[in-house]
Amino acid sequence: MNKRTLNHPKSTTGTSRVDGRLKVTGGAKYAAEFNVKGLAYGVLVGATIAKGSIRSIDSKKAENAPGVLAVISHLNCPKIPGYAAEPAKAPIKIFYDDKVLYNGHAVALLIADTFERAQYAASLIKVEYNAQKHITSLKDNLGSAVAPPSDAEFKKGNPDAWQSAPFKVEQEYILPSEVHNPMELHAIVARWDAPDKLTVWDKTQGVKDTQSNLARIFGIPVENVQVHSKYVGGAFGSALQVWQHEVAAIIGAKVVKRPVKLMLTRADMFTSVGYRPLTWQKIGIGAAADGKLVGISHWATGQTSTYEDFAESPADVSRQLYACANLYTNNKILSLDVGSPIWMRGPGYATGTFALESAMDELSYQLNIDPVELRLINYAETDPETGKPYSGKSLREAYKMGAENIGWHSRPKKPGSMTEDGWLVGYGMSTGMFQADREPATVKATMNDDGSLILQTAVSDIGPGTATPMVLIASETMGIPIENIRFDLGDSAYPNAPQQGGSTIVSSVGSAVYLACIALKEKFQQLIGNGGTDKPDYAAVLKQHNLVKLEVVTDSKAGTEVDKYVMYSWSVHFIKVLVNPLTGVVKVDKATCVADSGRIISPKTARSQIIGGAIMGIGMALMEETVIDHRYGKVMNASFGDYHVPVQADIPQIEALFVNEPDLNINPLGAKGMGEISLIGMAAAVANAVYNATGKRVTELPITPDKLVGWGELS
Amino acid sequence: MEKEKNHSRPVEESDVKDNSRRDFLKKSALMTAVALTPVAAAKAAELHIDERIAGAFEKMPLNVEINGVAHNLMVEPRSTLLDILREQLDLTGTKKGCDLGQCGACTVHVDGHRVNSCLTLGIMVNGKKVTTIEGLAKGNQLHPMQEAFLKHDGFQCGYCTPGQIMSAVACVREGHANSEHEIREYMSGNICRCGAYPNIVNAIQEVKEGGMAI
Repeated sequence: MNKRTLNHPKSTTGTSRVDGRLKVTGGAKYAAEFNVKGLAYGVLVGATIAKGSIRSIDSKKAENAPGVLAVISHLNCPKIPGYAAEPAKAPIKIFYDDKVLYNGHAVALLIADTFERAQYAASLIKVEYNAQKHITSLKDNLGSAVAPPSDAEFKKGNPDAWQSAPFKVEQEYILPSEVHNPMELHAIVARWDAPDKLTVWDKTQGVKDTQSNLARIFGIPVENVQVHSKYVGGAFGSALQVWQHEVAAIIGAKVVKRPVKLMLTRADMFTSVGYRPLTWQKIGIGAAADGKLVGISHWATGQTSTYEDFAESPADVSRQLYACANLYTNNKILSLDVGSPIWMRGPGYATGTFALESAMDELSYQLNIDPVELRLINYAETDPETGKPYSGKSLREAYKMGAENIGWHSRPKKPGSMTEDGWLVGYGMSTGMFQADREPATVKATMNDDGSLILQTAVSDIGPGTATPMVLIASETMGIPIENIRFDLGDSAYPNAPQQGGSTIVSSVGSAVYLACIALKEKFQQLIGNGGTDKPDYAAVLKQHNLVKLEVVTDSKAGTEVDKYVMYSWSVHFIKVLVNPLTGVVKVDKATCVADSGRIISPKTARSQIIGGAIMGIGMALMEETVIDHRYGKVMNASFGDYHVPVQADIPQIEALFVNEPDLNINPLGAKGMGEISLIGMAAAVANAVYNATGKRVTELPITPDKLVGWGELS
Repeated sequence: MEKEKNHSRPVEESDVKDNSRRDFLKKSALMTAVALTPVAAAKAAELHIDERIAGAFEKMPLNVEINGVAHNLMVEPRSTLLDILREQLDLTGTKKGCDLGQCGACTVHVDGHRVNSCLTLGIMVNGKKVTTIEGLAKGNQLHPMQEAFLKHDGFQCGYCTPGQIMSAVACVREGHANSEHEIREYMSGNICRCGAYPNIVNAIQEVKEGGMAI
């Protein structure tokens, strides 16, 4: 791929999504859109206290309302076979007992024959509670944090070295809770086909995981659970586990002996399907006058629920990003009476990088060294944590490409020194990194005698456009046009694939597609015999041998290279902001994002993924924050009207650039992930640009106008 | 109580086979509503005779043209246009993203104007023409806006996409697509969490500048 073509602004280079036509015509069906015969509708009732127990549930009025089929709660819930074997710390066991674990914890499910009737009748259910004193504030309870089950502490050299450095920054950071808020509300249609046979149309990032989890919970054989999840309307991590509403709908379907559809409300999305945890961090970082880092110490405490020890280890990035002899990281978690967090785009790294890259920026101004230069001075040639070589790293090139694109070297260096139309102008940058994994995956490839190639695997697609790179890989490997190739996904009947999370799919499933195609070609070679072409007319060969098809099932996984190398994808974000000196409003005016993701297979979808992550990063920087009223332990801004995400008017054109250097040490394609790195670092880049514009260092996200007005001499 | 109900098929007025019941409804719906005081209604509910009575007088006729097809439906007055499309007519291309008019995923055209179908009761579109994403293409020939969204990759997961496209078509027709800035302002009611905003702007600009009849 020609780099110039690939990096053209407003590029339409590359293949359009192979499933795009269904998405622009309304033909793609998402979980709640399977209106199966006999469907009934479920609506959940959430607890209105944060901790305590249910004293009583009066559902008489609801049960007598038109169309109501059942009201299910802990009072009448059938025994769920898998609940007894659940460990002490586990996802909520819905309708298991009278305990209330957080404000919003589902305490009853109403099922009726229409959605309207279910919604109305659910409002008639009266629940009384015995409330206990709850704790929902992280800031007020930091002293109670404890070590997570793993990855608590890391030491290399002297943990206090930063303190004695001639130049040092000691700073605390707060990253609020953020909610994934995919546009598709979480939903499930559950149908029992027999007492031990279950079919679900579900929103999930891992059909195989959902299949095995549901089999375990309901005590039925794995092969008796069918999971369909062909189209997923975004997730960003929120569909990485089986949630209470999925189990509730399945219980409901059993009770009313009809299929049940259950779609969460937007308000439920803030309480019942996880979030990025509110996290307090502290960084101590020191450098010599020449910019060489002397030591980095990083402490992080993130919130979790009382029933699960969720930890995302935000401090880890500080022992992985820069060459430094003295490193210390310390991760803690704090249990609160809130729902459990879950992985959200760039987990751990998005949070940790905001702190580390803000601190690096602050240090650069102290040292009077250009922020990019400071990063190059401390560029890690080998992994600072283990000393191992990288599988591939072209981060230096990424810095260069991004700086050139945005005009970094002609920017105003002194904070508050430039204005455009009365707005203060500022430039900022940040690095991002995320592990590049390759998970086991299996692909079935079938060549038919009409020349069509069918690829099947149980991966889901939450939006990046998985099928498109897969078809491109197969097309190149087999030497047939993409129109002849179909990639089937999102069905538990297909061979194993990992969850779509952690930026692993092209590396994992793409490699499996590649290897399956190689294996299929070898089978054709065996038919043809010696001397045949590498890319024959497959249909003709099949007909010649009186075969209707030829198929292979190929496993793919990482090998010993994982012991030899450390593997990361890298990103660099450059931002130009405008800040209104009177109102404190921040506008992102320009954004350039450079990805070092190995080889780019599908330029059009890759570009969109980078832009999309960057936009979510702008939301993280400027507007996203879940607010809890601690008197009630309740989320107070559970709607798009109150919890702001970026809209069109907030977003400029964004330049997505690719280094496009294959990393053949990780997989045969040389491709690495980009879903996470597109976001990781964005918030720091924006915050650093705001500092450059105003001289005000905001360390508590989001950077709302109230944090900038009245900053004195610049107004 | 109805045990089996096929939701993939809309409830058309002609489906109500019991003519005497329908006549009864037409003639005396108001009288019945007045006569059934809350106490009487509650009593009826306790005796489990609520279903037939309530089910009958809860519904009203809705005559509407959707994507060029005339529908004579019986709907509850509280049913939103969005839920009628998705749950009764199986037109699931129109999406539910918030049910509060805050995200735009449910955008459809009513008599040519873009509206949030989640904030529109079904009975409000009686006698009107509704166009959903399913009615935009002419057979196999995509609408220019659909083509432009494909070319510019104006989506990822695809869930907000029908609403974006319906809104985009209206944005151009309204004359609100004269600059990138103007497009951004007039497309800000449609949230895209995957972040396809710049690509959406580029798609709309191409359609606008192409001067195609849309």
